[in-house]
Amino acid sequence: MVDKQLRDTIPEFGKKAGAGDGQVGVGNMSGLSSGPGARTFWEIAAIVLVAVVIIGGAEVTLRLLAIPSYILPVPSEVAVALVTDWQFIGPHLVHTLIELFSGYAIGASIGLLLAAVITQFPFAEKIIAPYILVLVTTPMLALVPLLMLNFGFGYTPRIIAVALASGPMVMINSATGFRRTDLAKIALARSFGANTMQIFMKIRVPMAMPMIIVGLLIGSIFGLLTAVGAEMVGGGFGLGNRLTTFSSTIQMPQFFAVIVVLGVLGISLYVTFFLIGKKWASWEA
Amino acid sequence: MVGGVEKGAKSPHKLVVENATKFYNTKSGPLHALDNYSMTVGDGEFVCVVGPSGCGKTTLLWSMAGLHGLTSGQVTLDGEPVVKPHPQIGMIFQEANLLPWRTLDKNINLPFEIRREKPDAQWIEHLIERVGLQGFGGKFPRELSGGMQQRAAIVRALSFNPSVLLMDEPFGALDAFTRDEMNLLLEEIWLETRKTIVFITHNIAEAIFLSDRVHVMSARPGRLGKVFKIDYERPRAIEITTGREFFDLVNEIKSEIDHHPSGAKKGRAQRVAREAVS
Ligand SMILES: Nc1ncnc2c1ncn2[C@@H]1O[C@H](COP(=O)(O)OP(=O)(O)OP(=O)(O)O)[C@@H](O)[C@H]1O
Ligand SMILES: [Mg+2]
Repeated sequence: MVDKQLRDTIPEFGKKAGAGDGQVGVGNMSGLSSGPGARTFWEIAAIVLVAVVIIGGAEVTLRLLAIPSYILPVPSEVAVALVTDWQFIGPHLVHTLIELFSGYAIGASIGLLLAAVITQFPFAEKIIAPYILVLVTTPMLALVPLLMLNFGFGYTPRIIAVALASGPMVMINSATGFRRTDLAKIALARSFGANTMQIFMKIRVPMAMPMIIVGLLIGSIFGLLTAVGAEMVGGGFGLGNRLTTFSSTIQMPQFFAVIVVLGVLGISLYVTFFLIGKKWASWEA
Repeated sequence: MVGGVEKGAKSPHKLVVENATKFYNTKSGPLHALDNYSMTVGDGEFVCVVGPSGCGKTTLLWSMAGLHGLTSGQVTLDGEPVVKPHPQIGMIFQEANLLPWRTLDKNINLPFEIRREKPDAQWIEHLIERVGLQGFGGKFPRELSGGMQQRAAIVRALSFNPSVLLMDEPFGALDAFTRDEMNLLLEEIWLETRKTIVFITHNIAEAIFLSDRVHVMSARPGRLGKVFKIDYERPRAIEITTGREFFDLVNEIKSEIDHHPSGAKKGRAQRVAREAVS
């Protein structure tokens, strides 16, 4: 990546930059998708079987050992709580989703935009890089008490926290994508008379797409973590708030029901981006 | 040996390179890639440039394509200086250089998207048929063999019907059989369209087989060596490459590359030449 300054102006022959130079693609962003993935009936049946064994095993073991519900509820109790007490959980899910989506929309768009712009100016990028790193590595949760002091206990501090947590993740990954240079491809577009904007839209963006999608995924997961964490800090609503409330009142089945909802939410985010990746970045598998 | 380079706009040549010199700025100082290189290409002529690896062939071709500037000297097309990519010049890069996220059809469509022009569907379909890529339009490059990718690159370069085709070792990565096949195909297309072609290779046999004239470039910095006129009748058959006469010509060009006085590593040039004969 030494030749960043040369980008676009001086072609570099002989070297094949960009051709998979150690990039993470959507196809291999985690253990879940880098493996072959379940396809056949038997593979899916086996996965279901494992789930049945784990859940059933927990049910039987907890009952046999007579573990009280306030320590660890049996799965069936959790399932019942999820259905019967949904009225105490559902509305809070909506709160969490509102925070997550608004914060993420703001954070991800700013992150994406900054990544696209900054990578075009290698000098500016060098100056900004350490600050981005600080933003990425500092848990934005730590700022929540301060944000609440300034913005009260409504949506605002949470949305800001989500944006601050997801934005840098989107930015740092997308920037890696935008930084990929394949001078032969850029020269190809230029040989057809492409201007800088066309090179950006037709070459750089598609080339960056796999990394952008990875960034969007990671950003959304960090956004979820931060939303729930912020809800636990203060303000009387949201799934995070339910967790603190249910645990303080020792309503363990309800507590675990919220955990289940959060798990489903996280997996939905993952699956969504996985499918987007399949559609838009499958050329790099 | 070389036809003198006429100065001024009234050149009878399609493409003229005049005293092209190029230095690259590198961390270890300026790198002399091209030295006072001059050549002329007539309208409809097929010229090959052969030279050892790293001698400056791509550097020369990119300046002809207007993709980068020269330190001194100039390139003219129909008498006009080429200072930026020209709509009359089609470029075929080392390796097929298809965009992996686009299907073949979309790859071929790229020049028209960029120029905001309507593609000439009939011409493109003719080209696709000509290179034998019918039915592959919806495929992605990774689903195709190297030879097929190169065919698609040829279609893309010819799709907007440029009058000049610049080809940078287009078949270098192909196996010998596919290369022969592609050479025959290229000659056919050239006989049909009569484009002006500059073709770069370090395969001497390929250069002789294809061209009207073979330019030998010295090891870096690239200088013009001998120019060989090739008189085989067209269309040519692959069989000519096994004849005695052809073999002698290969050797003559090979020794021209080998014996060129320059700081080049000799072993490398010899290896290149041997590859060409085998
Ligand atoms: N952008 C660049 N910056 C610095 N040096 C360069 C650059 N491009 C090429 N060179 C150098 O210039 C010389 C000529 O390169 P060029 O690519 O033109 O050679 P070539 O004859 O096309 O080689 P090959 O047969 O390997 O394709 C080489 O020594 C190369 O390392
Ligand atoms: Mg080259």
